[in-house]
Amino acid sequence: MIVAFIQRAVVQGIPLLFGSTGEIITEKSGNLNLGTAGVMYVGGISGVIGAFLYEQSVETVNPALAVLIPLFSSILGSAFMGLLYSFLTVTLRANQNVTGLALTTFGVGFGNFFGGSLIKLLDSDTPSITLTQTSNCFKQTLPFADKLGWFGDIFLSYSFLAYAAIIIALLASFFFNRTRAGLHLRAVGENPATADAAGINVSKYKYLSTCIGSIIAGFGGLYYVMDYACGVWSNDGFGDRGWLAIALVIFAVWKPNFSILGSILFGGLFIIHNYIPNLSISMQEMFKMTPYVVTIIVLIIISMRRKRETQPPASLGLSYFREER
Amino acid sequence: MSIKEKQIHEPLFHIAKRDALPFWLSWLIRILSVVAALIACAAVTVVLTGENPINVYATMIDGAIGTERRIWSLFQNIAMLLCVSLAVTPAFKMKFWNIGAEGQVLVGGLATAACMILFGDKLSPVILYPLMIVTSILAGAIWGFIPAFFKAKWNTNETLFTLMMNYIAIQIVSFFTYKWSVPKGSGQIGVINASTQAGWLPNIGGSPYLINILIVAVLTIGMYIYLKYNKHGYEISVVGESENTARYVGINVKKVIMRTMLLSGAICGIAGLLLVSGTDHTITRNTAAGRGFTAIMVSWLAKFNPIYMVLTSFLIVFLQKGAIEISTIYGLNDSFSEIITGIIIFFIIGSEFFVNYTVKFRESKKGANK
Amino acid sequence: MGTQAAIELKNITKTFGSVVANKDVCLTVNRGEILSILGENGSGKTTLMNMISGIYFPDHGQIFIDGNEVVIRSPKDAFNYKIGMIHQHFKLVDVFSAAENIILGLDGEDKFNVKQSAEKIKKISEQYGFEIDPNKKIYEMSVSEKQTVEIIKVLYRGADILILDEPTAVLTPQEAQKLFSVLRRMRDDGKAIIIITHKLHEVLSLSDKVAVLRKGEYIGTVTTKDTDESQLTEMMVGKKVDLNISRSKPESTADRLEVKNISCINREGVKLLDDVTFTARSGEILGIAGIAGSGQRELLESIAGLQKLNEGNILYHDPKTGKIDNLRDKTPMQIRDLGVRLSFVPEDRLGMGLVGNMDIIDNMMLRSYRKGKSIFLQRKQPKDLAKKIIEDLEVVTPDANTPVRRLSGGNVQKVLVGREIAASPTVLMAAYPVRGLDINSSYLIYNLLNEQKENGVAVIFVGEDLDVLLELCDRIVVISSGKISGAVDARTATKEEIGLLMTKNCGGETNEH
Repeated sequence: MIVAFIQRAVVQGIPLLFGSTGEIITEKSGNLNLGTAGVMYVGGISGVIGAFLYEQSVETVNPALAVLIPLFSSILGSAFMGLLYSFLTVTLRANQNVTGLALTTFGVGFGNFFGGSLIKLLDSDTPSITLTQTSNCFKQTLPFADKLGWFGDIFLSYSFLAYAAIIIALLASFFFNRTRAGLHLRAVGENPATADAAGINVSKYKYLSTCIGSIIAGFGGLYYVMDYACGVWSNDGFGDRGWLAIALVIFAVWKPNFSILGSILFGGLFIIHNYIPNLSISMQEMFKMTPYVVTIIVLIIISMRRKRETQPPASLGLSYFREER
Repeated sequence: MSIKEKQIHEPLFHIAKRDALPFWLSWLIRILSVVAALIACAAVTVVLTGENPINVYATMIDGAIGTERRIWSLFQNIAMLLCVSLAVTPAFKMKFWNIGAEGQVLVGGLATAACMILFGDKLSPVILYPLMIVTSILAGAIWGFIPAFFKAKWNTNETLFTLMMNYIAIQIVSFFTYKWSVPKGSGQIGVINASTQAGWLPNIGGSPYLINILIVAVLTIGMYIYLKYNKHGYEISVVGESENTARYVGINVKKVIMRTMLLSGAICGIAGLLLVSGTDHTITRNTAAGRGFTAIMVSWLAKFNPIYMVLTSFLIVFLQKGAIEISTIYGLNDSFSEIITGIIIFFIIGSEFFVNYTVKFRESKKGANK
Repeated sequence: MGTQAAIELKNITKTFGSVVANKDVCLTVNRGEILSILGENGSGKTTLMNMISGIYFPDHGQIFIDGNEVVIRSPKDAFNYKIGMIHQHFKLVDVFSAAENIILGLDGEDKFNVKQSAEKIKKISEQYGFEIDPNKKIYEMSVSEKQTVEIIKVLYRGADILILDEPTAVLTPQEAQKLFSVLRRMRDDGKAIIIITHKLHEVLSLSDKVAVLRKGEYIGTVTTKDTDESQLTEMMVGKKVDLNISRSKPESTADRLEVKNISCINREGVKLLDDVTFTARSGEILGIAGIAGSGQRELLESIAGLQKLNEGNILYHDPKTGKIDNLRDKTPMQIRDLGVRLSFVPEDRLGMGLVGNMDIIDNMMLRSYRKGKSIFLQRKQPKDLAKKIIEDLEVVTPDANTPVRRLSGGNVQKVLVGREIAASPTVLMAAYPVRGLDINSSYLIYNLLNEQKENGVAVIFVGEDLDVLLELCDRIVVISSGKISGAVDARTATKEEIGLLMTKNCGGETNEH
């Protein structure tokens, strides 16, 4: 039971981990991308479109292509969203909150529109698309995992994207703290004028970090459809996970390695109602708010303690114009 | 000096902040951006449907104002979006990023629904209506006040706080929709007091929507006056422009933040009341329908001016309605309207750049001397 | 190539909107030479240097390095030409360590090696005599430490053209002397150094050549050996100014504001004010001298009710009733409700005294909008006041509905001072009221302050220019590191005397915001 719970919590947590790692990378450059929810939708649906077209065009799928095609189309879709956000906020210096929210409207609409259109193309009665073959390729796990008992279940039973999420988070952590480009990126988010004066191309860093962050967040959407949902796309199925990912960023105080554990905790909180016996449906709904409540508590605590190391990037949410007087 | 460095070209252009544009020119730019956005939307539609653009526009207009019922529905939707936009505006003017209107509307609606369900057949309308009004306003105001309190006290980031409050509100509503669901366990409340119509706002002028529209019209004028001529409104502007100046002239910034968010939440509460008691007669997780977010864009596009907000909310609702009609007629998905809204907003957001900045091209001159 | 100037500017022009910041400026600096760029505040010195270091891009003109025309589009380009700028407002990331700030923006292998950098930093420090801990975070540093980090930063990059923007503004004289010896050592090393300043004695003691700017225009370059203070002043201000500020003898003075043993401590536990005591009298101008950031701002804000005190009292003697009120722990509103007519011209005009995006009328309303019982604003009186100020103080503005942000610095200050005086105060505090103003506006402000003094107002004047303090004030108290280091009679004191007092407590820690 506990093993199953942890397993489910991890599976729930992985999309959030992707989302929050992506958003942390974006926010480190000072861009508060509230469009992450939309980006994750687009990342998911783009993968679905790729997989759908591929599955329709061949009889039996080639496992390598079945993974690569959705992966690539997902990257394309999310990168486009990141680019759109960067163009508006960095080049055109638009308000980040408004742009982000518009991006979410657009992204969620985009996901549901193409999701709905594909469903219509299939002419089926169920309001969803099922990509079982592709999903099976995504769900490949290590062959010896189930031979190792609970250890295998908790640590080794996931698909490659789940491990990728953890590795990406660790890499991001390393990148921020140990590499030159990471140092530069943090400088851009803390104080763009200083970074500019130091010869760092502020716009380039903002663009790149937003696009890369979006791609990573998009993987969260892809993982959700292909792995968690077993290849079934249903409109609005992804729900509010995008916002939960943003909550996780705060919970992890802008540190990707913290968000690994945070994501599992959030995943656990998200499903804990299933594991409490005799819970009425309505109380289950109450339990679903715990991740948000926990985030608010963290938010309040970090604002009360005001430790320099746990604050958001100083220029978060502001656009930078060099010739501002 | 290496050869490589000599080959550097002068920048083709650079960007500079411009002096204030004449009023008409800045609005011309904005109108042009809307036109460009409409063309882009039509292009997208044409690609997806293969229809000719004239038909697309005709369908849109038909969808928005084709029949009397549609016109009423259009105005009802404008009124509701405008109401939420009015609510967030004082907070934004204060540079308090209240993106929690969605939640504030929901708790307001929930309070109304609760009154209708619990007291609908017990209290006389003379007591029921005031009770609904008071509880919905209170609920919204409290929901807005909580993040404001922490912002004032510890400078807690309000964008993220209000955002989280939305989902807490959604889950609370979800809790009650299961608790009160009809039939039990369905997760749907259904039409409340369908037979008695207790707690329903009255039909006036033969339309169920007119009362909402009138209330919002009054709110719009009230908000305009409040922001422009009232002392509180003046304080809000000062706090928004410069907290330091506000402190300097003895404005209690914390008090203004909390007071303004109480107001902002309270108007959201009214929006919830109008939605539940005036039109929907039920409550779901989705009662606010994203208006809390769209309102932010409406308010921002209108430069926080309540009168301009009538125009911007009209524009957005009109397009949404038109896009829904297109998706029905041409067999597209409903979410088409969200894509259209997104595109329009991207264009308008982008156009502000041209209002505030100017691109200076480098006058042609020989490059590095060789 | 040998005799080519290290850097040469030809006809550089830059405008911001309708404001001409630089017009046809020409400059030459050779290697092994220190050039001072001299000009009043707002004469365009910093803008000019920002164009050399790639922060701004010129509208017209050419830049030559070693005789080759170059285009500097970004700070990166500037580094490639070995230009290093030390900004007046330090460009450092607070949460980074010194070493991280120093290597910021440098190319190199992807994984950076803090140890290696620290070693190189140490070597540079030894060569020029700096003391620095590479691992210390910037937010824990004093101002002069931060400046050291800035200088090492450009040296680390191998800069051989150094630009320093008002480097001594925040330093004690001792620290400044130390800096100068470092700069001389660099010059002897063959570096070209440009130092921006408006302090004549620094120009004369340090530089080889002086270039003078006035209101964005290039006036000329002279060799330091062949010039003197009066010639430079004349070039700087246009005509010979004689600093004769009329000063009347104080009449019927009485104690008005007693500041008694006040102390305040900031969040990090640094004492911003330490046991400050003095008395301001009616009919007198009390000057407050000190190095920038020694606690002047906190002192005035304490009196105005904007700064929480940890110790001490502020006693106000009511001129009519003779009643004594303690202003400690009172908000600005409570102070006003006591009937204390306190006016305050803060240092940060557009960020504190006024709202840049509001028009003159709405800015007048800042002080008066609460008047009356109505919940609505009264715009009639503020409108009249705005018109009166525009007329009396000759504010140059299209009309009273123009946002003050669009006015020039002098006119902004006239609006602010005009409003504060219109409240007919009993105590008037002014922090650096002539900073950035041209000569005529400065004198207008001096006259207004004198007028207030003659009307029996207790005036507190925080200034930076010792000549002005000595000629305008009746008494001067000197503040140093948050402590009062002395009080002198402005009619008999000398500049040297005050200068010494200004640096009296500066042993270890310095104050900073």
